[in-house]
Amino acid sequence: MFRNNYDNDAVTFSPQGRIFQVEYAQEAVKQGSVVVGLVNKTHAVLVGLKRNAEELSSYQKKIIEIDSHMAIAIAGLASDARVLSNFMKQQSLGSKMTYGRPIPLERIVTQIGDRAQTNTQHYGKRPYGVGLLVAGVDEAGPHLFEFQPSGLIHEMVACAIGARSQMARTYLERNLDKFADCSRDQLINHGLRALKETLSQDKELTVDNTSVGVIGLAPEGSKGRIESFKLYEGQETVPLLEALERSEASGTVEDESMEVDS
Amino acid sequence: MTSLMDHQARETVGYSFSESTASGVKQHGFYPYTDNGGSTLGITGSDFAILAGDTRSTSGYNINSRMVPKVFKIGGDDETGEGANIILSVVGFAADGTALKERLDTVVKMYKYQHGKPMTVSACAQRLSTILYQKRFFPYYVHAILAGLDEEGKGALYSYDPVGSYEREQCRAAGAAASLIMPFLDNQVNFKNQYIPGSGEGHALAAKKAEPLPLETVKGLVRDAFTSSVERHIEVGDNLQMVIITKDGIQEVYHPLKKD
Amino acid sequence: MDHFPGTWGRPRNDVYGAYDPSYLQSTGPKTHTTSPAVTGTSVIGVKFNGGVVLATDNLASYGSLARFTDTKRLRIFGNKAVVGFGGDVSDMQYIDRLLESIDIRENYSSHGNMLNAKNLHTYLAKVFYKRRSEFNPLWNHVLVAGFDGEGKPFLSSADLLGTTFSAPHLATGFGAHLAVPILRRLFPEEKPIEEISREEAVDALKQCLKVLFYRDARSLDKYSIAVITQEGIDLKEDEQLEGQSWAFAERIKGYGAQTV
Repeated sequence: MFRNNYDNDAVTFSPQGRIFQVEYAQEAVKQGSVVVGLVNKTHAVLVGLKRNAEELSSYQKKIIEIDSHMAIAIAGLASDARVLSNFMKQQSLGSKMTYGRPIPLERIVTQIGDRAQTNTQHYGKRPYGVGLLVAGVDEAGPHLFEFQPSGLIHEMVACAIGARSQMARTYLERNLDKFADCSRDQLINHGLRALKETLSQDKELTVDNTSVGVIGLAPEGSKGRIESFKLYEGQETVPLLEALERSEASGTVEDESMEVDS
Repeated sequence: MTSLMDHQARETVGYSFSESTASGVKQHGFYPYTDNGGSTLGITGSDFAILAGDTRSTSGYNINSRMVPKVFKIGGDDETGEGANIILSVVGFAADGTALKERLDTVVKMYKYQHGKPMTVSACAQRLSTILYQKRFFPYYVHAILAGLDEEGKGALYSYDPVGSYEREQCRAAGAAASLIMPFLDNQVNFKNQYIPGSGEGHALAAKKAEPLPLETVKGLVRDAFTSSVERHIEVGDNLQMVIITKDGIQEVYHPLKKD
Repeated sequence: MDHFPGTWGRPRNDVYGAYDPSYLQSTGPKTHTTSPAVTGTSVIGVKFNGGVVLATDNLASYGSLARFTDTKRLRIFGNKAVVGFGGDVSDMQYIDRLLESIDIRENYSSHGNMLNAKNLHTYLAKVFYKRRSEFNPLWNHVLVAGFDGEGKPFLSSADLLGTTFSAPHLATGFGAHLAVPILRRLFPEEKPIEEISREEAVDALKQCLKVLFYRDARSLDKYSIAVITQEGIDLKEDEQLEGQSWAFAERIKGYGAQTV
């Protein structure tokens, strides 16, 4: 009658040592549309592919600003992400209030990791059905973290989660060594290229379905220490998409320096 | 010693148990407020608002510091203040002032986060009133002035008492030298006691009508108000901080004042 | 003959003084510290080119009694900042434990200790303000010295009410009256801190400590001094005031009961 006796709750191990509910939650992440994140020495970039539920509806939000120094990209249940982002927003403002400094990314990511883990060890609870990429800048520079419903957190150089994200990860792995020293614009370009890899034949990156978020250290001599989070959506993505097109035509990743891409 | 004994002898029995256990006399109480002096002032025009304050911080006759600003940008970036469209000045008990500013700043940021648009000045003004009134029985001991541009782009200025009564005005002075500055403002901004020459005799004399002043005139009034306050009030001095809000953003300038 | 059996064997008021019955109170509202007990006096600090110096004497007084004569009132936080404490010594020790637990938590982070003196000062001010708002104050006035987020020398003050201010040179308690004028004369405000050398700053503080020892009855000639630079903290906790001259005391006449 039951296909599986060990997936009725999130607190029971199967004889093979698996917790099925957690794995199902991870499936929910894979159903969400893809988001890609990557960092270099100065910036962290998030790019996301937005879906609209139907022709007449608006596009979903993939990138959420947490604070001026931090943002998340989501794949999976958007409503679960809202709960997490609200929590992160509060923690971040709280840290600014008490210490007058932006909360270290590792600290806040550990906090949501702990919350997610709690959901896998208490009866009657449900794991978060969402995966996050957390990008931001703190005292130690730019960071990118991956968060999974299991509570797993990892600091990454580049990462992609969501539907068909394997294609993006392959791109990221192939070009990994180029990220660290590339420019801000090149980093965005790499992100968009990785995102494009995941598209099925009949799909294109458009101003409607592309979201780009950038955050980084401010260039020398500017007013503040950080370049606050900037979200590019709609018409603002036009120059970024044009740069992507040009770079593909020339086979290079575009920048002032015109670095050659293999 | 004898005088002490005499005092006790006057009490009837003279044994400890005969006294009630109601707590004794003395006890040096803890008073949770102090006055950090200083003055603030706000004036609006047709397309701008100015908030100004001196930068002196005092306790009693001591000068704590010559550089403690009293005017803050609300809802902007923490480091640079960029993105703010509201300014707040607080004068009175500085610790309450800082706490109030930070609370309002958080509220405005959360508003923007939850609604996806900046808070209007009128909404912020109402919210500030609620925040103050919530502490009605342990008030923030400050006189706050909030300023920005309203939905029509006109200068908007709201002034508060410590428990949240508020009003939109053309101009307001607050703090130590308020009583020195306010009458000057009544006369120079709202043209109180100014009449049109030759318009009539006695009660028929027509009062000069108040109208919004240009920015440069107002800047001059602010500087005059403070340079003259410095002469007559010991808690005002050091520097003048002027924050001007227009459709092009927020501009902040400092001018030296007398340091005596 | 005493006809009240209840009083037999009890201490008599005419012999032992009136008993303070408030100690017998077992019920009633929860009470908090309303006055400090064992206290430290002034803390003084000054910024110089590339760092900050902070100094206190080593005395903890119990009222007018010089109770503890080797109390260390400068506390190091995470090799980056120093907090100088004036006021209640037990509250100082509580805050020190608080800071230690934060330091431990910070060091768990893989990026090492990231709270600088400025962050620490913000935090301490919040703790003070929270406690004063609960009518349960931490009876201290502290100076925090170190560096801010941009690596510039930082010196700021926070007190039991949560009041905060910052200046190139600061002093708490008696020092606000006696040391600040000396520091202002040696290092006028228009003189940038880049023109003040480490030696000048240290000498100035020693001079201030000496004046304080001459005139502050709750001070001591043993002191601690901390020099905070980017290279680290140089803390000396067992220093002796040198070059005292009490010749001036001979000429002071006419105070109190002294008539000759």
